[in-house]
Amino acid sequence: MHTRREHLAAIVTILPSIILLGIFVYGFIANSIYMSTTDWGQTAAMSLDPQIESVGLDNYRDLFTGFLNVRFRQDLVNMFFFTLLFVGLSLLVGLVLATIIDQLFWGETFFRTVFLYPMSLSMVVTGTIWRWILQPRGGINVLPTLIGLPPGKFLWLSSRDQRLVFDWSHLLHYACWVLLVVLAISAYSQWRQGKKGRLAWHLVICGVLAGLIASRVLTRLRLLPYPEMHGFNDALWGVVIAAVWQMSGYTMALYLAGLRTIPSELREAARVDGGSELQIYRYVDLPLLKPITASAIVILGHIALKIFDLIFAISSPDHYPTSMPAVTMFLKAFRGNELAVGSAIGVILFFIVSLLIVPYLIVSFRREE
Amino acid sequence: MSSGKTIRVLAQILAVLLAMVYLVPIYMTLITSLKAPAEINVMTAWALPSKAHWASYGVAWERFAPNLQNSFVLAISATLLSAIMGSLNGYVLSKYRIPGGKVALPLIVFGMFIPYQSVLVPLFRFMQQTRLYGGLPGLILVHVVYGLPITTLLFRSFYQEIPDELVDASSIDGAGFWGIFRHLILPLSGPPFLVVCIWQFTQIWNEFLFAVTLTKPSSQPITVALANLAGGQAVSWNLPMAGSVLAALPTTIVYVLLGRYFVRGLLAGALKG
Amino acid sequence: MKRFCLLTAAFCVVLVATLAVAAAAAPQGKLEIFSWWAGDEGPALEALIALYEAKYPEVTVINATVTGGAGVHAKAVLKTRMLGGDPPDSFQVHAGQELIGTWVVAQRMEDLTWLFQEEGWFEVFPEDLLALISTDEGIWSVPVNIHRSNVMYYIPENLKKWGVEPPKTWDEFLAIAPSLQEQGVIPLSLGENWTAIHLWESVALSYLGPDKYDDLWEGKLSWTSPEVVGVWELFGRILEYTNPDAPSLSWQQATDMVVAGQAAFNIMGDWASGYMSVTLGVKPEEGYGWAPSPGTEGVFMALSDSFGLPVGCPNRENTIAWLKTIGSKEGQDTFNPLKGSISPRIDSDLSKYDVYLQSAARDYQSNRIVGSLAHGTVANERFMNDFATVMDIFLANKDPQAAAYAAQAVAIQSGLVK
Repeated sequence: MHTRREHLAAIVTILPSIILLGIFVYGFIANSIYMSTTDWGQTAAMSLDPQIESVGLDNYRDLFTGFLNVRFRQDLVNMFFFTLLFVGLSLLVGLVLATIIDQLFWGETFFRTVFLYPMSLSMVVTGTIWRWILQPRGGINVLPTLIGLPPGKFLWLSSRDQRLVFDWSHLLHYACWVLLVVLAISAYSQWRQGKKGRLAWHLVICGVLAGLIASRVLTRLRLLPYPEMHGFNDALWGVVIAAVWQMSGYTMALYLAGLRTIPSELREAARVDGGSELQIYRYVDLPLLKPITASAIVILGHIALKIFDLIFAISSPDHYPTSMPAVTMFLKAFRGNELAVGSAIGVILFFIVSLLIVPYLIVSFRREE
Repeated sequence: MSSGKTIRVLAQILAVLLAMVYLVPIYMTLITSLKAPAEINVMTAWALPSKAHWASYGVAWERFAPNLQNSFVLAISATLLSAIMGSLNGYVLSKYRIPGGKVALPLIVFGMFIPYQSVLVPLFRFMQQTRLYGGLPGLILVHVVYGLPITTLLFRSFYQEIPDELVDASSIDGAGFWGIFRHLILPLSGPPFLVVCIWQFTQIWNEFLFAVTLTKPSSQPITVALANLAGGQAVSWNLPMAGSVLAALPTTIVYVLLGRYFVRGLLAGALKG
Repeated sequence: MKRFCLLTAAFCVVLVATLAVAAAAAPQGKLEIFSWWAGDEGPALEALIALYEAKYPEVTVINATVTGGAGVHAKAVLKTRMLGGDPPDSFQVHAGQELIGTWVVAQRMEDLTWLFQEEGWFEVFPEDLLALISTDEGIWSVPVNIHRSNVMYYIPENLKKWGVEPPKTWDEFLAIAPSLQEQGVIPLSLGENWTAIHLWESVALSYLGPDKYDDLWEGKLSWTSPEVVGVWELFGRILEYTNPDAPSLSWQQATDMVVAGQAAFNIMGDWASGYMSVTLGVKPEEGYGWAPSPGTEGVFMALSDSFGLPVGCPNRENTIAWLKTIGSKEGQDTFNPLKGSISPRIDSDLSKYDVYLQSAARDYQSNRIVGSLAHGTVANERFMNDFATVMDIFLANKDPQAAAYAAQAVAIQSGLVK
């Protein structure tokens, strides 16, 4: 169908991109992985010819079990909760905004612009502005006084309160809980779709997990020799609000485009069948928006996992409750001169991001075939 | 239908309320940028300035003006280059079966997800060795390369929707690789080009990490100048706020004027991303 | 439309290429100064550069400033450049371990003993200071200013109103703090993490005394010893009288609290005096008062910004001229009044400085000098980076024993304790 000449032209066209990405992405990552297995970062890290020795996986082991790396472990917990809240709320708020805009009498352009413009700002600007707004002393907490109520008392970014406090040593035990919840939801969806075979597997694994949890056998396996408490830091709410403010315009635009592509015949048919507007929304519109949700989760997810500029601008670089792995990586490498450890954190980040992205890539590309 | 009307009225009210919430940060930025430094205090953060202190904008503009040119050159050229290359890549990956083609797209897209910090040191050394460090051409190259995954993805998703029969018909008519691209694909590429250009322009204009580590002072873009306003031991907040407003103007204008096309472009199939 | 886009792209590439070529063909005789001074500190550096350019008109000075992130961005840029073998001609760095522990041990700096001898600086810089900025192998940077860390600020009028006097020891502070709280005043205002370290070092100095404080940094006093645990305990008690929203506040906002009458005292370096005088318009003595932080009378905790001579810098002769300029009496007395710091030279012309700085200079010339932790004089960067972690853990759980162990671990890992 295509001539050889055309095929050749195609290959030549795409080759530069492949080569460039090969170097700039894969080459540099390989370099990072190599660096992370060395001890670069001891005394004379900055010499032109540093004495570097290979230490295998020591850096990784130290990050997860070292006494001083409690900050890194807290970063991981923060990252987990932040990603959940940020992605979830962005999707929800975006959907609500899109639905509202779709139903407006007038001013669509105006409102759409108002909700969309935060995307045009850099995260540094967003962080700086919200840092001011979230000041416990004079920012948002002052607003209730405008209508005669007492001022707010929440410390926002300065808060050191924690919820859902758990012991890192028992992480595997809690991981089982999380897996159980995820699988239960998935099992429910399999049941709704009538896939009996898959459902059986799900139930078996759920059973095993439930057994592990009930018997508390995993709590015997301590990841650390001492208890180390972590939890969801209330201070993260401030960061989540700023981030959702910035990115909800994106999900809104996606959902708006999605809502507009739904063929009116489908809606008409449902209306003829006697459905109310709300029912049409729930049973016609929402299911058709699922692919959008999936791709939005991937985009927002990877932004959340790598978040750096926003945290740096919105709070101090050394504030635990809002710290994230990318920030710690930057500080370790460039302020503490521990370049190998910084690379290790980078590799871990990369690995976590891959966990999110690779399944999505596989599923979406397999679906195309 | 009255329930439909009620919903629409409700939507209207909610929209107004939410818009006020979304505009709060801009209000805060604007009033702080117009206050004299001595007046800026956390306690009076919400109060309007006693007298508009426009000097901050003057100072910010003075500091920014050289960097503004850098930012424009950087953002425009990197956006255009990455868009063009992305478009070509998307064309190849959607319409041609080449060896390794199935693996190529996931490998390219994967490049979108790396944290920039983890490649900073090797990237720097590479730029150093190829003598590209310090100037705009190097920074443009970096942004083009790291922009390739998303632009390729967006274009490919869009081009997938173009029926293969049209391509075959063109091919039979004697149009070669470039002919098909110029006469068939390109004319249809308006919407994805707009989405890609808007997205890339914003990302590159606002990017800080590479901007600060890979340039020498004469080539620094505006994000670095903005950080310089807010740095140091003694910060008078009116300057960074004024600076933020100025720095955000181009991208905000892009979104205000072209926002409709952004949505339309997403509508037209760049959605699949 | 597409052709237009292609043309624009081509045009941009050509434009950029031309700019690059033009930049490369610039005249010889350059000097690239790398710093993180900006905002209100900019004029001081610019005045110094103007002085240099007047003396050496054929040299073009490139003022490469990178600010933001509390100096981290500047460090990232500097380190990527140094690692890539492209050092600036000279860079701003805190004199002492921040320089020594990172660059000197990596053999990236030239020894400046010969320059100090040539310029007669051994006679004009105090011995305590020289001890802090040298190692057995030599002297590594030229200090251009001295800031004092252990200063306590207050508004005298407000103190009269509240019926308290500036405390001379921390015990006095702890005694008057409850009465201040009852009157709705925060006894001691505090800002984000690094200001807590800044406060900690004053507390440590007063609790340990200057000799034991020095021992701590020479590895002679263990971080888990009862004295040091005592520092953390005292620090914890003091923290109870600080504002709970400290992590959200910059150091200026903590100073604002004192000026606005919401807080009684604030411990900060003497850049706060510049902030109050210049930005807030509150005059020294008439408007605000100061004293050495409680328990540190007679000791001057110093930090110093300085410039060194990197090995392999592109314009070595120009850089040496720069170092001579900044170390000269004229240079320092031009720079420091604008910066809000004092000259490290004991022959400085004090008439050029304001009331506060004159008092600071008098203390400098008569007091015992020790180095600051928070500002890089006594501990290397790895220690400081990890110590910030220890501090934040302590701020969260207030456990002195845990902090002591953690600090000892940090000290061992960063090479402070052999």
